[in-house]
This record gives sequence, structure tokens and C-alpha cells, in this order.
Amino acid sequence: MAVHDATPVRERILSVLVENRSGVLSHVVGLFSARGYNIESLAVGETEDPTMSRITLVSQGDDKTLEQIKKQLNKLIDVIKIQDLTDEGFIDRELMLVKMKTSPALKEVLNSLAPQYRIHVVEETLEITTVECTETRENRKKIFEKFKEIGIVEIAQTGATALSKKTPGSK
Amino acid sequence: MAKMTGAQAVVEAFSREKVDFVFGLPGGACLPLYDALYDAKFKVILVRHEQGAVHMAEGYARSTGKPGVVVVTSGPGATNTVTGIADAYMDSIPLVVITGQVKSFLIGNDAFQEADVTGITRPITKHNYLVKNVNDLPRVLKEAFYLASHGRPGPVLIDFPSDVSLAQFDFEYPETVNIRGFKPVLHGHPGQIKKAAKMIEESKRPVIYTGGGVIISGAAKELIELVEKTNAPCTNTLMGLGGVPGTHPLFMGMLGMHGTVYSNRAVHESDLLIAIGARFDDRVTGDLKKFAPLAKIIHIDVDPSAISKNVKVDVPIVGDVREVLEELNKVVKPADTKEWLATIEGWKKESPLRYTDDSTNVRPQYAIQKLCEILGSDAIVTTDVGQHQMWAAQYYKVDGPNQFLTSGGLGTMGYGFPAAIGAQLGHPDKIVVCVTGDGSIQMNIQEMATAVIHKLPVKIAIINNNYLGMVRQWQEAFYHHRYSSSDMSGNPDFVKLAEAYGAVGRRIEKKADVENAIAWSKTITDRPCILDFAVVEEENVYPMIPSGKSFEEIIDMA
Repeated sequence: MAVHDATPVRERILSVLVENRSGVLSHVVGLFSARGYNIESLAVGETEDPTMSRITLVSQGDDKTLEQIKKQLNKLIDVIKIQDLTDEGFIDRELMLVKMKTSPALKEVLNSLAPQYRIHVVEETLEITTVECTETRENRKKIFEKFKEIGIVEIAQTGATALSKKTPGSK
Repeated sequence: MAKMTGAQAVVEAFSREKVDFVFGLPGGACLPLYDALYDAKFKVILVRHEQGAVHMAEGYARSTGKPGVVVVTSGPGATNTVTGIADAYMDSIPLVVITGQVKSFLIGNDAFQEADVTGITRPITKHNYLVKNVNDLPRVLKEAFYLASHGRPGPVLIDFPSDVSLAQFDFEYPETVNIRGFKPVLHGHPGQIKKAAKMIEESKRPVIYTGGGVIISGAAKELIELVEKTNAPCTNTLMGLGGVPGTHPLFMGMLGMHGTVYSNRAVHESDLLIAIGARFDDRVTGDLKKFAPLAKIIHIDVDPSAISKNVKVDVPIVGDVREVLEELNKVVKPADTKEWLATIEGWKKESPLRYTDDSTNVRPQYAIQKLCEILGSDAIVTTDVGQHQMWAAQYYKVDGPNQFLTSGGLGTMGYGFPAAIGAQLGHPDKIVVCVTGDGSIQMNIQEMATAVIHKLPVKIAIINNNYLGMVRQWQEAFYHHRYSSSDMSGNPDFVKLAEAYGAVGRRIEKKADVENAIAWSKTITDRPCILDFAVVEEENVYPMIPSGKSFEEIIDMA
């Protein structure tokens, strides 16, 4: 049979080194929309080499789709290197800033979460408590659900940013 | 180092890249460029519509193997090139397109004739640039020519604001390029090549299936060697025609939707499909689940993303087709295909490529056969898109590569005639014929003026059935003969139209006049010539595998 066997759709995390130039991000994002791939989240920042940026990209797809995403990204002239972190050890963080109504119930929740998670109060008034959470993607999702139960007034979240656990250059 | 303006630097870079022709049309934002082009040593071809310029550059590029160059203005000038650029992207044609842009400090202000051209062309270029600093220009130009023609070729666009084109700077053209994100793999993996050779040797029913990649990488000679060495039958995609001579005994004609019955059947029953510079397009495979169901697949392509995109491949080989075939030919041994070839020969006798001839009327297939006979299989053939394109692919059997120029991927009506102009400019001594339809020719007919002014003896064979023929055929087959907006009533008198431009033409309504008219067109050497073949109107293209179906549902002849 000439067709690919179906594989399950799952979340993938890619680390993409690109030229640090204007227009590069639009090439990357445009590729995803033009070819019908999903972007769950995307975070960009300059690297230790100011001519390069690192894009951390979370996407959904089966094996075949992910293979194509990687190949198509590789075709972009401004893409220097792609690392698929999904199945190798990686460290990831997402930042979430949340405004919630100040209340004893919130205090209780925060006290219960604080020992386990990277979470702290940034600002507190009689009405509003602003909380910062810097956590793995997985934990951030859990905490987000907890906060939703209490009631979120306003929220801002970044996408995941991640690094491989491997030492660069080693195999 | 020399002091010059950005515009002069572009012209200087063109000279260093050995550009012969620039195709385009000036306008406000590229006036500095056209002023610099006024002193150029190469020829500037003024077109009548920017789409024509891009297709001319494509025709030039495909027939010569060198990148085609286009210079147009901002806004509408640039947006008019979009179809041509998309066409070149789909068919991997090397182009460098320079679009004028409004002054850099006006970008984003909705200035007169402003369009976000790098934004618009992002998904249809191999790469694009907006040059805001004149000092980046030499590097960008060098990279553009390099990227257009290396790896899998494609169009590269440079958006060039008019103030940058007027800025003075010290010009130094780089000798080399170093793009860290672009390192195409050209040498095939030796282990994979050995594996492929072994599979070929062991196969009983191999089929070599080749596409445009063979033409682009200049591998026709190596392909013929592989075919003859292995005794494997060969089929071409539309883009791959000319990869082996149309009359080669091991050649089975085109495959896919309108391919021959026996080439499709051979693929269907083969045990090993050797795909070379082809991409398993849906017009080739139809229903993927039923495509080549018994075959293992070897896939050779320079573009890793083309491999395993549509089908699962057993032996992928990433590399330049010519380099890989050279290596493969060194190790490959013949397969035992005697029985297989005899079987295919039987299928060929059973269902040859054929049509019902007519004693008085002009059958389109007959007209094209005669064009091939009289104008020669060494002519350069361009086509537009539709029924005539498929008939040309079936019946105009060209001898070699870079001779059959057609819009394969995008399927652009309006491609053929300007492409023929570009091909004729690149090959002044060759016969160039554009096989077109009455619908397609009207999409870029304005380029008659361009062809006349440059005294180009392009032959334009209009297969005139007074319909958008392929649309009509589908409406007949799948929409109960409801010919919704496919009737082309209102077509002009093409002979008078030719004469109005200073060209010549003849209308051919009887079979008996076909040969004479084609022979006459051969004697016209200083201007374009239209042959308007009034063909049987409701002729259909066969064989046909309906869209999304498999070989099992092939319609041989109605």
C-alpha cells in the first residue's frame, strides 16, 4: 500500500532557530496557515547570537503532518535549524498573568497552590489580586482551570518557551 | 568598488549574472531602474501586460535552463505578476522578479500604487526580500540568483523602493553566497542508492515514473541510460515529457488522468515504482489508496518535502536527480523484464492511444499529429491549459528535454503564448509552436504586439472548438450536459486579429487543408503566425481517469 498508516494526533513542541530579521516571523506563521497546520502557541526571542532568534512552537498533528511541517519549515530560507523536542527531554515554561477578585477563597487557593507551583502574588488591592505563574505547559493548564473555577477578571498568557535537556553539540 | 545608484547596481548585477533578457513594463516606482536599463548591454523586452512578462521569463528559463528576469513597477505592476510567479513556484522555474516599491518612508501609508508585495507573494515565492538599505543590495541580488537556480529552483522576488534605487553607494558584488539556512543536499546517500539498485535488479515489473525534476536537473541523458540499462518501461508526467524521446521503445507515454491506458495499467500492476523528480500529484495518482497498490516505491528528489508527502516511500533518496542517476547507473544491473515488457506490449495493442478520425472535419488530435510531423519533433512546444494541452501531451512527441513547456502545477490559461515568446528569444533558430485553445489564447493575446515588434516567428496553433473545452467535457460527463458558461461565442476572427497586429494567420476548417496550412506557417520567418483550426466542437480527451478515482475506473474511449 502506498498510503501512510494513520498515527494519533498529539501535541508537538518544536524549537526553530531563524535569522533575526524583519519578515521572518511572517514567513513561519504564513507557512502554517497556507498549509493548514495548527499553531497552539508560539514564542520568539533573540538568542546568545544576536543574528539569530529562537521560535518555540507548539503544534498538533500526526506523525506524517509533523514530518511535513518540519520539512516545509526547513525549506524556508530564513530557517537555520529545527529541533523536535517532543520525544527528547526538554525544559519548558509558560508565563501567565491573572487578575482575580480579592477574596478569602482566592487566598485559600493560592496558599494551597504556592508550595507546589511557581506562583506568586504580584500586586494586591482591596478589589483585585494579580498573580504571576511561571510553569510548565502542563502545570499551567491545571492552574488555569483552578483559577477559572474562582473566576478570572483578566488574563494574559505567553506560549511555551523551551530548551532541550541535551548539551548543544552532543549526540 | 564603484560608486553607483541602487538602480545601476541592479543592472550591473544582471550583467555579472549573464542575463540576456529582461522582461517587463515600467511605471512610477521603477523609473530609476528603467533609466538604468536604458544603458544596459542586454535586451529589455517591453511587454503589454506584466503577467506576460513573467510567462515569457518562464518560457525563456525552461527552454534555456537559465533564470528568467522580470522588472515591473509597484502596486498593480507587481500584483499583475502574481499569477506568473505562482505558476513558476508550482513548476519550479527559476526566476528573479524585481518589483518597484513606493519610497521606503511611505511604506505602510497606503501610498499611490502601493501594495504589500512581499506579503502577497510570500506563499508563492521560494524566497522574497524587501530592500530597505541600499548596502544590502549586492548580497540580496547575488542570493536571489543563487536561490532561484539552486536546489529545487523557483521564483525569488526583490521588492525595491524607489528611494533605495536612487541612493548612491559603493558597489561591490560578492563572489560567493553563504546562506546558513539553505544547504540543499545534492549527493544521494550511497547506501540508499545501492539499496535502490538491488530492488531494481530483483523486481519483475518495474516502472520508471519521471517528472519535471529530470528536465530541470539536466538528467535526460542519465535517465535514458537508466531506462536502457535496466530495461524498465518508462512513463512521464506532464512536466516530465521530453525526459525520454517520445518515440523511445521503452516509453509508454504520459501517465495520470489523461495518460495512456497501458502506462497507467503498468503502474497499477507494477511491483516497483521508481519515481524520479516527480511528486505524486493528484492528477497522476487519483485515489491514493488504490495507486500502485502492489508496488514498492523508490523516490529520488532534491526536495525532501516532496518525499513521503503523498505516498509512503520505501527507499527515499534526497539529491540532485542527475547526480543520483549518475551514481545509480554505475551500480544498477538489468532487471528481468522480458515478460513484463511483452505484457505491456499486449496492453498497448489492446488499448492504444487513439481517436476516431474523420474524412472531412478537423479532429484536434489529427491537427496536433500533423503539427508534430511537419514542424518537427525537435521544435519547442508550449501549451496553454485545457483539452488542447492534453492532446499536445499525447500526440506531440518531442525528442528531448526543455522542449515541452506547459503550465503543469498551477494550470494557468494564458501561459502558452508568452512562454513561446520567451522560448523563441532564447532559441532564435528553433521552431517554436504554441498549441493553445480559443479560450486560453485570449488571456494573453495582447503579447502579439511584443512578438511582432521583435519579429518572432512563433506559430500559434489554436485548437478552436468554440468552448472552454475541458470545462465542457467535465460538464458533459459529470453535470448532465449543462454547459454553464463554457460556450465561447463571441470569439474574434483570429486571422483578422493577427493581421491587425501586423502578424499573419489562416483559418483551417477542412481536414484536407491542415497539412498545407502548417507547411505555410513554416515559411513565415519574420512574424508570428496564427493557425486557427476550427475543430470538431464536442471532441473529448481520452483516456480519462475521473478526478479522485483509480485506474480501475479508466474510461478508454466513449
